[in-house]
Parts: sequence; structure tokens; C-alpha cells
Amino acid sequence: MRWLRENFFGGWASGVFTLLLILILWKALPPFIDWAFLDAVWRPDPKACRAGEGACWGFIAEKHRFILFGTYPYELHWRPAIATVLLIGLWIFSAFRVFWKWWLSIVWLVGLTLIGILMWGGIFGMRYVENERWGGMILTLLLTTFGLAFAFPLSILLALGRRSDMPVIRALCVGYIELIRGVPLISLLFMASVMLPLFLPSGVTIDKLLRAQIAMILFAAAYLAEVVRGGLQAIPKGQYDAAHALALPYWRRTYLIILPQALRISVPPLVNTFIGFFKDTSLVLIIGLFDLLSTIKISLQDRTWTGFGVEAYLFASLVYFAFCFAMSRYSRSFERQ
Amino acid sequence: MIEMIKVSKWFASFQALKEVDLAVGRGEKVVVCGPSGSGKSTLIRLVNRLEAHQEGRVIVDGVELTDDPRAIDTVRREVGMVFQSFNLFPHLTVLENLTLAPVWVKRVPRKEAEETAMHFLARVRIPEQAAKYPSQLSGGQQQRVAIARALCMRPKLMLFDEPTSALDPEMIKEVLDVMVELAREGMTMMVVTHEMGFAKTVADRVVFMDGGRVVEAAPPAEFFGAPKTDRAKLFLSQVLGH
Amino acid sequence: MGRHSGKAKRLAYQAAAIAVALGVAWFFVSNTIANLEERKIASGFGFLGREAGFEIGESFFLRYGAADSYGRALLVGLTNTLAVALIGIVLATCLGTAIGLARLARNFLLRSFAAAYVEFMRNVPLLVQLFFWYAVVTEGMPGPREALSPLPGVFLSNRGIFFPTLSSVPELQGFNFVGGMVLTPEFAALLIGLATYTAAFIAEIVRAGILAVDRGQGEAAHALGLSRPQTTRLVVLPQALRVIVPPMTSQYLNLTKNSSLAVAIGYPDLVSIANTSMNQTGQAIEGIAIIMAVYLTISLSISAFMNWYNAHVAFK
Repeated sequence: MRWLRENFFGGWASGVFTLLLILILWKALPPFIDWAFLDAVWRPDPKACRAGEGACWGFIAEKHRFILFGTYPYELHWRPAIATVLLIGLWIFSAFRVFWKWWLSIVWLVGLTLIGILMWGGIFGMRYVENERWGGMILTLLLTTFGLAFAFPLSILLALGRRSDMPVIRALCVGYIELIRGVPLISLLFMASVMLPLFLPSGVTIDKLLRAQIAMILFAAAYLAEVVRGGLQAIPKGQYDAAHALALPYWRRTYLIILPQALRISVPPLVNTFIGFFKDTSLVLIIGLFDLLSTIKISLQDRTWTGFGVEAYLFASLVYFAFCFAMSRYSRSFERQ
Repeated sequence: MIEMIKVSKWFASFQALKEVDLAVGRGEKVVVCGPSGSGKSTLIRLVNRLEAHQEGRVIVDGVELTDDPRAIDTVRREVGMVFQSFNLFPHLTVLENLTLAPVWVKRVPRKEAEETAMHFLARVRIPEQAAKYPSQLSGGQQQRVAIARALCMRPKLMLFDEPTSALDPEMIKEVLDVMVELAREGMTMMVVTHEMGFAKTVADRVVFMDGGRVVEAAPPAEFFGAPKTDRAKLFLSQVLGH
Repeated sequence: MGRHSGKAKRLAYQAAAIAVALGVAWFFVSNTIANLEERKIASGFGFLGREAGFEIGESFFLRYGAADSYGRALLVGLTNTLAVALIGIVLATCLGTAIGLARLARNFLLRSFAAAYVEFMRNVPLLVQLFFWYAVVTEGMPGPREALSPLPGVFLSNRGIFFPTLSSVPELQGFNFVGGMVLTPEFAALLIGLATYTAAFIAEIVRAGILAVDRGQGEAAHALGLSRPQTTRLVVLPQALRVIVPPMTSQYLNLTKNSSLAVAIGYPDLVSIANTSMNQTGQAIEGIAIIMAVYLTISLSISAFMNWYNAHVAFK
């Protein structure tokens, strides 16, 4: 009772807020529930959707195959489906500290190879599917996974380089990090999409997916480098002194003593950066790749289904929210340990 | 001046104070001591409502402390407090620290507040530090500024929550000297401390607490000379032994 | 191992690093020159003087027509970017501070609303939110003939929000409004999306800043008789601000960079116009260089300001 009084009516201002918020909930919640659930049309019937007053979830029901798998051949959808489940499974598996052993990298290697085989095909009697046709959920996940996998080691090198006492190395690392962090991701994607073909000898082509992936890796590396640098700075100086005293050469002592501690401290901000990166993959839409957001947007262009943007983007929000919220909860449970 | 009648306080399910009775008269100096966790800090923080009691009554200078914000406000204007960790405002100079409350709470004109502030800074013997920032002062100086800050509100009663526990040994004396002077001028004081020398010199009564209860309360001569309870004897042997 | 060989090693590493960097740069540059020649694409910034030939949907400060040059078009893009960024920063700061304070309120409902807001906004990509707001503004708003009018002279419709200016008032003529000032749906969607998204991050910064102030400060203030609002204003906030300002300016920079997503919903910001120009002239390198130079200037200026702030206003 006392808790109720303190938390809802603690002062006259507090009481006003409580009444105001209850009023807002009262006015907004029932119409929203009507729109989203009670009056909503769940069948994939465009006429019923337009006639109805509620949300048109039938749009999602109708388009869900395209949204999840993009332009991948319809009858082969089982392959990206399994690949998606496998990839999510790998991530979940890696989340448990118990499994942070040396063989984890082997598990990843095997898993990624399997995913590659499933997606590309070409062997074991499976038809070859070129990666221009990949899209939807699996593309978003692959961009994130490979982006982080390559960016992370690069970021460690950058962070160590930035703290180096060799002025040239330090200058190069600082220059790279500040350049990448100072410009929008979109300009890097444009650069990769448009300029990378010009940088290479004529005749050599890199496909669009790889170009975007390279841009994302370079982008992530700069931001992750700053997080790792924070971790390196947070280690008490005594650790560096002790490592020096052991007369280990630079790379040995960095690898055995400094890095493990720096990374352990950095896990929460690292996970936050991972979450941001996962959200940033949505930008590849702008250079014409068919990630999850892109497939949702394209399915709206179907003339029988125009006008349901609100439903579409609410659905997109829910999917991204589910992934990101799970990751942020995970990061918070880390902080508590 | 202070009346506590059967006061009990819980933090969630932990009972910090168990039916405490205490009275402090005008001009009286009461020292509260005891092992850590005995509830002495909690007790003193009830007097200006930094903590709230759940059972019993707390009456300060005739005003009963309840959830009523006006009562709390009235009491806080009359009661000054000095903290273990000083709690000076780091973004203000020493002078500004002292004039903040009189100007904003009592609506004293700035000039008058500054004069009062300089007067009390002289009383605690550091008038030359007025323009400095707290981080530029030593621990002993900061605590003396904290005492002066509380005095600028011209309180009827001063609370001290382990005022010397965070100080280096060589600075404890300068703070205690100020407190002794304050006591000699007739200020009503309630002091939580481990400094038994101070208790012997200045206190009218020593209140010993353990496990949330008042175990023994007596004038210093009686308390130090002939403690009645075993727990008090044990405590004294530990504190005075070294 | 003597100190001499250590020094030699370091020099060797650095020389190698420079050699690699120069080598890679030369490789890229020579390929680029060859490729540009092959495709008969011009290079250099001469194109900035040529006539642009496209219209721009809205412009805040400068007059622009299709006959103006590319250079002028880019300038319009820049002012559009700055306009939406500045207004967005102001809105995001106000909203973010309010929500940050709400997260610390004693009222349970207020705390929960604020927490839910922050959780949701931070876990959904900005691009999704922009598309959502754009859909709301174009699909959710009525047509000009049924426009909502919350205040006299102000009309909300799916063609934009119309305001009266000092010289003219919007009037319905045929199928659209004429006169007054218009905020296009693109601008409105971008502004709302940027402001609400960044506000969630600012709310967390404000909350962390206030929590970073020692509890004893508030207690000392209360013991002296200061009221809760006075304590917040005179004691807590000044100390919290010092913790808040650095990450806050970082968020301002993020908002400015995020405004580049305007290209996805058709608001003519710098990136959007540069993109159009690049498509028309084929001079992608110059276009991207301009984009990066502008944003780099903005972010380096903000970094410089941050360094100045840390050096001069840090706790004495």
C-alpha cells in the first residue's frame, strides 16, 4: 500500500502524471488493440484488407516467404531456412561462457562451411544459387556475422596500433579510425559500391555483396577499435609493468596477458557495438542489396498491396527489436557478473 | 530538543533500529558509539529525515517528523549536519558553499550571507581559503568548511556522523578542536564517533548501541569507568585497548 | 638484445608500414586513372560549374532552380542537412532530457513509460523508424481537402505541413495548398525520426550523468534545507553536466551523420543531392570526396570543441 502511494502519488506533480498517463493509456490502448488485433485481417486477402478497418497482417502472411528469403529460388527455400537456424544457433551457442574454449573456433568454422554449402549449393546434388539471389533474414545475419568476424581482429590491431609508441604506426591507425568514424556509413557504402570497382585493375570484378561486406568490415573495425582501446586503458598499469617484468616479447605478452583482460572488461560495450552493427546492416538497402528491411520495403511495391507501410514497418520493428533486445539483455547479464 | 520514542526502522526485511528511546535536551552533548552495523548512523539520520522511521515517534524541537514535507522542511532549517565524507559541493568555491543555503532557503541577502560566511570561516580558522575550491583543500580543512557551512544556517542543533573517520590522523585534532569549542559555546550536539577522547572531554552522555538497540546510556565518567553491560565492556576493551 | 637493434627494428617496422601504405595507394590510384580513361569519365571538380538540370524539392535558405549549377545544388543540400540536423538536435535534447529525468522519477508509471520508450527506440534500426514515420506521414495523414487544422492557418496533410508566414497564408486551391511555408512529408518524417531516435540515447546519457553525482551531495543539500527542485538545479545538475557533455556532443555528431539516411526517403540533403549529381555526371569519386570532406570537417570541429571543453572546464 505504501509502495503504491509513494510510486504513484508521491507528490502533487506525481499524482498529475499518474492521472495523465492513465488517461493516455485509456484513450490510446483500446483503439490500438482494436486496430492491431481485433479488427485486423489475418488472411492474405487484399480486398478484405482494404475493406477492413484494422491492421492488414495478411500482407505479412502473403509475403513472408519473400521477406524471409528474398529472391532465392522458391522451391529451395529449405536451404536458407536451415542456414538461418544454424547461424542463429551458432550465436546462441557462443553466448554461453562455458563454451568459450579453443574448440569454439572450430565449431564456427564447421558451421560456417555448412552454411556456405547450403546457400551456394553446387555439390551434393544441390543446385548452385549465386549470391546475387540471396536475401532477407539470412543476408542480414550473414552480413553481421562476417562483418564482425573480420572486423574484430582488425579492430584489435588498430587499437594496439593506436597505443603504439611508433609514431608512423600510431598516425596511420589514428588517421584511419578518425576518418571512418567521422563520415556516415552511407558514404562508405557508396564508396565501396561505386569506387571499389575503379580501384581495381579493369576486368577484375568483385560482386556487390562482397563490396558491401568489405565496407561494413572497415566501418565496424574503427568503432570496435575504440571500444578495445577503452578496455586497454582500463587495465591497471601494474598489469603492463608485471608483463614487462616477465621479459616476454611484445606479441606474447599482449596475447597472453593484456588482451584477455582488456576484452573481458570490454564485453558490455562490445555487445552494444555489435547491436548497433546489426542495426546498421539495414543500410545496405540503399545500395541495392536485399537484406531483411529491403525485402519488406520491396514487397510493399506490389500494386495489389500498396498502402500497408505502417503494418510492414511495425513488423520490421518487431523482428529487429526481438534480436537487439535479446542481445542487450545478454550484455546486461554480463555486467552483473 | 530531540525526543525519540520507541523508534523502529527497517531496510527491506532487515531491522536496523529496534524500539529505540532517546532524549537529548537543549544544550546537551550526546555521543553515540558502538560497533559497525549497530545502527548509530541510521539513528542520527532520522533526526533530519535523511532516513524515515516506520514505527515510533521522532520529535525535534517540538515538531514531530512525519511524511509532511512542511515539518521536514522546518526541522531541516534548524538542524545542521556534518558528514563523514564532507560532501562539499565541488563546483562551488568555499564561500559559495557556505552562502548557498542561506541565500536560497532563508532568502538572506547575498552580502549578509557572505559576511556570516566569513565570520564562521574565521571561527573554524580558515578565512583565507574562502575563494578556493574544495579539491584544493586538505581533508581537515574541508571538514572544517563543512562545519562552517552547517553553522551558517544558525542551527539549534548540530549532528555529526563520524566526522573524523575519513581523515588522516594528523588532521583529526584540528576538527575535534573546532567541535570542542562549539560544545563549550553551548550548542546542542549529537555526535556519532569513535573518538573516545572527545567523548570523555565534552559529552554529557554517552549512548552505546549494538544490534539496533540502545544497550547502555550514561555520563562518560560512569560509562568509561564502570560499564554495566558485558557488551559495553567488550566494546570498550576493543576500542581503548590499543 | 641491445637498445640499438630495438631501435632499428622499430624504424624498420615504420618504414615498412609507410612503404605498404604508399604501395597500396599507388596501386589504387593508377588503376583508377586507367579505369576512368577507359570509361571516358571526366575527372576534376570542373563539373561543379555546369548546369545541374534537376529540381530540388525543398530549400531552406537559398533560392535554387534547375538552371543553377551543381555547385549551388550541393550547397542547397548542405544547408538542408544543417537545417534538419540543427532542429533535430534541439528537439532531441529537449525530449531526451525530459525522458532521462522521467526515468529517475518517483512515479512508477512515468519511469516505466520512459524505460519502455528508451528500450524500443534503441533496439530498432533508424532506417526502419524513418520508413515508418514516412509511411505515417504519407499514408496516415488525410489528403489536402480533408486536412487537419489544429491551429488557424496550420494544415496537416499528406502533402506536408503548411504554416502561415508573415507575408502569406496557405489557402486551398484545387488539390493543394498555395502560399505560406511548407514542411514536406520527407522533412517531417526525417525530423521526427531523427529526434525521437536520438532522444532515446540522450535520455540514457542524462540519466547516467545524474546518477554519477555522489548521493552524499543530495543528502548534504537536503540537510541544509534545500528543496528537491533546488537541489537538482543548484547542486546535482551542474555536476551532472560535466559528465553529460562529452557523450552528448557525440550523439549530436551521430544525429548529423544519421541525417544522411535522408537519401532513402527522398529528402534532398547533401548525400541525396550528391548522389543525384554523381549519377548524372558519372563523377563518383569527386562526389563521394565532397560528402566525406564535409562530414569530416563537421566531426573534426566537434572533436576540437570537445578537447577544448575537457581541457578548460574539467573539474578544478
